[in-house]
Amino acid sequence: MIEVTAGWYLSLAAVLFSIGLLGILVRRNALIMFMCVELMLNAVNLTFVAAGRALGNLEGQVAVFFVLVVAAAEVVVGLAIIVAIFRRRESASVDELASLRG
Amino acid sequence: MVELVIFVLVGSAAIGGALSVVFAKNPVYAAMGLLGTLFSLGVFYVVNLGHLIAAVQVIVYAGAVLTLFLFVIMMIGVDRVEDTSEPLRFQRQLVIGLAAIMVVTVGALVFGGEFAWVPLSVAGPIPNGTVENIAGIMFTDWLLPFEVTALLLTIGAAGAIALAYYAPGAPEESE
Repeated sequence: MIEVTAGWYLSLAAVLFSIGLLGILVRRNALIMFMCVELMLNAVNLTFVAAGRALGNLEGQVAVFFVLVVAAAEVVVGLAIIVAIFRRRESASVDELASLRG
Repeated sequence: MVELVIFVLVGSAAIGGALSVVFAKNPVYAAMGLLGTLFSLGVFYVVNLGHLIAAVQVIVYAGAVLTLFLFVIMMIGVDRVEDTSEPLRFQRQLVIGLAAIMVVTVGALVFGGEFAWVPLSVAGPIPNGTVENIAGIMFTDWLLPFEVTALLLTIGAAGAIALAYYAPGAPEESE
């Protein structure tokens, strides 16, 4: 009988984190890139929960709670920035936002 | 055994949703894939006895954050064709190389048995993440970070309102 260990959860979290990183590297739409950031945050949350269970303390789940709150604040501000940029530039593509280039 | 079945089914759902976030042409499909991944992670939290964070995950992420994402997608418009040509040289090759390294490393860890950390079922009592237990830690040891997140949320809300006030008439001279 195969036992599901913490390593399984950590491997799954690594795969999810890498998929999110892949999306940030290959996609151009700011909204999709933002969703990929959320994906990476959630992968980290899964490692917190798995490690907290393996080590037998609750701090992992408390850390998930704080990551969730910070992610919610980040989504609010990030989406407001994307909407403001879209109203000014009529585009959500990050390649067209090169006016800050030195 | 039950946990193995849950892990395989829900884990493949999570990976499938994550892949659809990256490869979906339509942003609405990407948001739906993200919803599937978030819900799958909520199931994993329940399996790991994180009852409170599973509920918060479904309510905050799958409820509020995804709704906000869909709202902005509909506002910006979903019928735009995304330019997928790559202006940075060697970035595609770099990404493919990194993905290959990740697949090989995770495969070696899982199938080589090198990553058999503590088996979950023999590591003593599983911490039970009920509201009572989480609150017992959060309002004693983690009280200062809790208050700081309250300040952070207030600043985030104020920042979003400030960003929403944008006068289309005089954008340039007001800066």
